[in-house]
Amino acid sequence: MGEAIVITSGKGGVGKTTTSANLGTALALLDKKVCLVDTDIGLRNLDVVLGLENRIIYDLVDVAEGRCKIHQALVKDKRFNDLLFLLPAAQTSDKSAVSPEQIKKLVEELKQDFDYILIDCPAGIEQGYRNAVAGADKAIVVTTPEKSAVRDADRIIGLLEKESHIEPPKLVINRIRSHMVENGEMLDVDEITTHLSIDLLGIVVDDDEVIKSSNAGEPIAHDPNNRASIAFRNIARRILGESIPLQPLETEKEGVFSRIKKFFGIRSK
Amino acid sequence: MKKSQNVVMKGTKDGLTLHLNDRCSYEELLEELQEKILLDHQDDDSPLISVKIQTGNRYLTDQQINQIKELIGSKKNLIVEDVSMNVVSIEEAMRWKQESEIITIASIVRSGQVIEVPGDLLLVGDVNPGGMVMAGGNIFIMGSLKGIAHAGCYGNDEAVIVASKMVPTQLRISNCLNRAPDEYSEDESHEMECAYINESNQIVVDRLQVLKHLRPNITRFKGGQ
Repeated sequence: MGEAIVITSGKGGVGKTTTSANLGTALALLDKKVCLVDTDIGLRNLDVVLGLENRIIYDLVDVAEGRCKIHQALVKDKRFNDLLFLLPAAQTSDKSAVSPEQIKKLVEELKQDFDYILIDCPAGIEQGYRNAVAGADKAIVVTTPEKSAVRDADRIIGLLEKESHIEPPKLVINRIRSHMVENGEMLDVDEITTHLSIDLLGIVVDDDEVIKSSNAGEPIAHDPNNRASIAFRNIARRILGESIPLQPLETEKEGVFSRIKKFFGIRSK
Repeated sequence: MKKSQNVVMKGTKDGLTLHLNDRCSYEELLEELQEKILLDHQDDDSPLISVKIQTGNRYLTDQQINQIKELIGSKKNLIVEDVSMNVVSIEEAMRWKQESEIITIASIVRSGQVIEVPGDLLLVGDVNPGGMVMAGGNIFIMGSLKGIAHAGCYGNDEAVIVASKMVPTQLRISNCLNRAPDEYSEDESHEMECAYINESNQIVVDRLQVLKHLRPNITRFKGGQ
């Protein structure tokens, strides 16, 4: 019997889909059987990030309405040997096409076959959100070190805490720019965690490669050396219950050397 | 015919006190009251006399009280100052109780959440920006107040807001409103502060210690040495 984790944020554009794709990949790399469920009906893009867009035949709405069996709609990620699957969202309808009860039933069914079901939640707190959280046992709240994102995360945590079937949510801080944090131009990790007062599951630095790889349809978590990838892999291991210390931010680790490199990098342009 | 004494009038130096019998029917009482009022004080030119009404163990509804007030007020020189009853309705008693109670809540009030209590509120936790706490009485926050607090929200100017860390977006007490400065300076800690309405009807934030002198009624503890 698997575990269903909803990945949500309230605010759009903070990296829910990227986090979902990468955590799914990272968990699959750890030999877990994972199903990613995209509940962003009408604005699906988890399939694009995973590079599976052209293999979609049936979608979530088809399954919910009984037009096909779940296993027919699941898209297999070829990079893994039967470990990572995607249940894509429909692109042609909208959020009201399914009800929370239907999603709940569907997730229950998936839990029989998978170790982890990661539910990618749409932005907002309306129907789409209610659909996404309906079947979840756990929640991950993604935020960025911006006031607006933290404010929305606070709101969503408040809503999640009211859902009695979900464990207290955990926090992922995404897109941290260490030099800005260092200059005090960005909220720092401590500030955010005290403000939201929930457990921190991990921090992910902002890295250009993340955007590149998601455009290429290959989640960054496949890259063993990238720091964002390592962050996602660490989060995956924390989900499995391992205790792994937080990755130090670049500023503390690389210090002067990297800054000099950056300096020349800018100059050479 | 035996004349019952359902309405007893007593003159005091402050005015007139009417003792209303609580055993008879309301109609009887009203009738007798009318009789007595009309009989006495025939002289409309006498100065205003304030009347206190004591109803004993009879519960009068607002409507009945108004009826009696009207009746007495029909004599120009009488004015009802006070109606006292030995009894209250359950509803009223509950309201009293709630208004004088301190409700303790241990939680974080997050963005979009509103907590409202009829009496005093003791919140163990933060109020985050976008969150709001309201109380009919005082608000005590053991944590950071970063959102909105509204004390005395049913119109109590004496209410205060106390917080371990006072960095609100807005403070409201009764009908007064005060917003935060656009930026909190780094060197002020804003720890252990209270907010109250001062003489010029403005909300001011001050050290916690001033409360003892400004609002002595907050202390409910009686006795001790």
